[in-house]
Amino acid sequence: MDLVTVWFLAIAVLWTGYLVLEGFDFGVGALLPVIGRDDTDRRVMINSIGPVWDGNEVWVITAVGAMFAAFPAWYGSMLSGFYLLMFVILLALIVRGLAFEYRGKGDTDRWRAWWDRAITYGSAVPALLWGVIFANLVRGLAMDADHVVTAGLLDLFTPYAVLGGVTTLSLFTLHGAVFLSLKTGGAVRSRARVAALRAATVALPATGTFLAWTQAAHGKAWTLPVVALAGATLVAGVVLAARRREGWSFAATAVTVGLLSVTLFGSLYPLALPSTTDPAYSLTVSHAASAPYTLTVMTWLAVVFLPLVLGYQAWSYWVFRKRVTREHIEPTPAYGGGGPGDSPDGAPASAG
Amino acid sequence: MDALDLARWQFGITTVYHFLFVPLTIGLSVIVAALQTAWYRTGRHEYLQATKFFGKLFLINFAMGVVTGIVQEFQFGMNWSDYSTFVGDVFGAPLAMEALLAFFLESTFIGLWIFGWDKLPRKVHLACIWVVAIGSNLSAYFILAANAWMRHPVGYEVNETTGRAELTSIWAMLGNTQAWSTYLHVVSASFITAGLFVAAVSAFKLWRERRDAAGVEGTAGAPPAGGERELFRSTLRAGLLVTLVAGLLVVFSGDHQAKLAAQYEPMKLAGAEALWNTEDAAEFSMFAVGDTEARENVIDLNIPYVLSFLATGEFGGTVEGINNLQEQYETAYGPGDYTPNIFVLYWSFRLMIGLGLAGVAVAAGGLWLTRGRRLPTNRWFYYATMLALPAALTANILGWLLTEMGRQPWTVHGVLLTAESVSPGVSLGEVALTLTLFTTIYGALAVVEGWLLWRYVKAGPAHLVPAKDSEGTDGADSTDRVPAFVY
Repeated sequence: MDLVTVWFLAIAVLWTGYLVLEGFDFGVGALLPVIGRDDTDRRVMINSIGPVWDGNEVWVITAVGAMFAAFPAWYGSMLSGFYLLMFVILLALIVRGLAFEYRGKGDTDRWRAWWDRAITYGSAVPALLWGVIFANLVRGLAMDADHVVTAGLLDLFTPYAVLGGVTTLSLFTLHGAVFLSLKTGGAVRSRARVAALRAATVALPATGTFLAWTQAAHGKAWTLPVVALAGATLVAGVVLAARRREGWSFAATAVTVGLLSVTLFGSLYPLALPSTTDPAYSLTVSHAASAPYTLTVMTWLAVVFLPLVLGYQAWSYWVFRKRVTREHIEPTPAYGGGGPGDSPDGAPASAG
Repeated sequence: MDALDLARWQFGITTVYHFLFVPLTIGLSVIVAALQTAWYRTGRHEYLQATKFFGKLFLINFAMGVVTGIVQEFQFGMNWSDYSTFVGDVFGAPLAMEALLAFFLESTFIGLWIFGWDKLPRKVHLACIWVVAIGSNLSAYFILAANAWMRHPVGYEVNETTGRAELTSIWAMLGNTQAWSTYLHVVSASFITAGLFVAAVSAFKLWRERRDAAGVEGTAGAPPAGGERELFRSTLRAGLLVTLVAGLLVVFSGDHQAKLAAQYEPMKLAGAEALWNTEDAAEFSMFAVGDTEARENVIDLNIPYVLSFLATGEFGGTVEGINNLQEQYETAYGPGDYTPNIFVLYWSFRLMIGLGLAGVAVAAGGLWLTRGRRLPTNRWFYYATMLALPAALTANILGWLLTEMGRQPWTVHGVLLTAESVSPGVSLGEVALTLTLFTTIYGALAVVEGWLLWRYVKAGPAHLVPAKDSEGTDGADSTDRVPAFVY
């Protein structure tokens, strides 16, 4: 296997890691108004992903950084080609990241309600748009001979791409609901189980159709069993969730997201970005790739450091393995002081 | 106005905004880690309070640094796709390294630190904040190596067939003199900023305590006893000390930067000095009013020999002028305007040095005034210390304006023009839309962040560590409780 193929695989692995990991924290965020009936419930939900969401998000930063280094032309065409979608994702990630850190630091209900909205939309919108982007990546975009994407914003919302978006949004919601039923207790846990089964009513048909469509229109011979297995693990995940086997259910939905990603990248290869204007204008993986020297340096780097990253991220999941319940949540928010209009030296209430 | 101009504005605005938070993150991570180490070693309650108090302020700031950093990584591809395609082979490598080596560390261990107060053994928890600090500093190196390569490209060659730059030596790139010199300069400036942040917050608390006590007791003058005075007196001095030490490093590395500029980016140095014509024994400009149309200075107030000494290490050394360099570049690269914006360069340079040195002077003066067990009663001392923080932040921004605008019209010095770097497929309307929305949202978020910092500073450490119970709370008894430190 040559280095270019190795790096295509590495990029696929990084994106897969991102979708599997941030997939569930997107799902938890999107479900915030559905499952979180009161402030304490919502804090239980947020704290269930609190220690890990930031580390999950670095997978996308690494995936995009690695594309920049290993496939500069792919990075350039993709990010400029999906300009406005990327922009919306960036805005969503900005307000979402701040919301986790800032929502508990004000103490009016309005303050928290605004940041709760930021978490909900900041999670749901990228969950939807990544699906739209990846579906377009597989399907191809209007692109000229210099690999400049000429498609407009509306061209990106083809039925196939919209279905891709619905698939990732519903699948991540299911994935997040299963994660919540695994990681929380009490009412949140039981509502999460209900939410998982409801999300499944969309996720099952959407994912099934999207996988079948992808296989029929863009798939390879070897992706067929992958597609079949993805369908099987999804059904298994839902059945296990219904039977309250949360750990196994979460493993199954994680594998489904992973196999969906494998299907997409497998269907794409050996192209990086197909052109719908003229197939001859398509950007191939080998054309987009960096020179062997850079790829060699990056390979050494990945071989040494990726296992280390996996090691300490796994450890952080282990440290926070316990369920988060209402009893763990302090009765008052982290900041116990007065509101914005309080007296300058008003003694803040005890936080304990 | 075309997409290129707006893309430049967008890069400028998002980068400057990001860099308001980065220096504080770099410096504060180490200061908070040091405070926690002091608590770990002595068990003194004040250190725990200080750790949690400044830790909380650090986290408010850290969040902004993280979310605005993602924009930086994406916008090369979004707005500058021709640049990305041309240099990704070289420039992408340090970015990928940053993510893999530094950013994963920072993000995973910050989660462990925030949520691990009662879940991890004390020693392991302390190690977490140190890993965050190391990650932040490591990440700065990779980014600055990438930036330095644009100003002094090394370890690459342009492949004639593909028309792209290709990396030939990663060690040359990471060992670029511009990279480590810039790193030293930027990181010392970060420590000045963080030191002054700690000092300004402490000065504010001390000043408030004095004022309130004076109001209550009617005894203006002597600072009152008790409260958090001892705590903030220590952190005030610690912040000032960090600033002073970092100030010495900034001067040393800044001098080295000027010499490197003379060597590799002569146009930047000439612009920063408004030196129009090549001179031997060049004078350092103290104040100048120039006529950029006629390409000469109308008013000039200079110190003899100093510029030559700064640039070359010799009083009689030759420093190249703007007009001469323009001619040289036209010969080498063809007709065109190779002169950056002299007004911006000249004043950024002067103000950067002036404001930076003012901050360091405040630190030196403050350390003298707080020697022994003293606390100055003069309120001007407190005002000066508080004002030094915005001065340092402004100096940081001006430093980047000088660095980046001095590189124009090149994105990669002598290799790729900015005009050739922009995304060909992105329209003026698209860039205008994103520029407007980014700027609006960034403005709103700045208000939110400022307000949060303000109220946490005002509330003080007492509500984060309410009772004096440092000796018992960190054992296994409270393992199941999520402490107030988390979300």
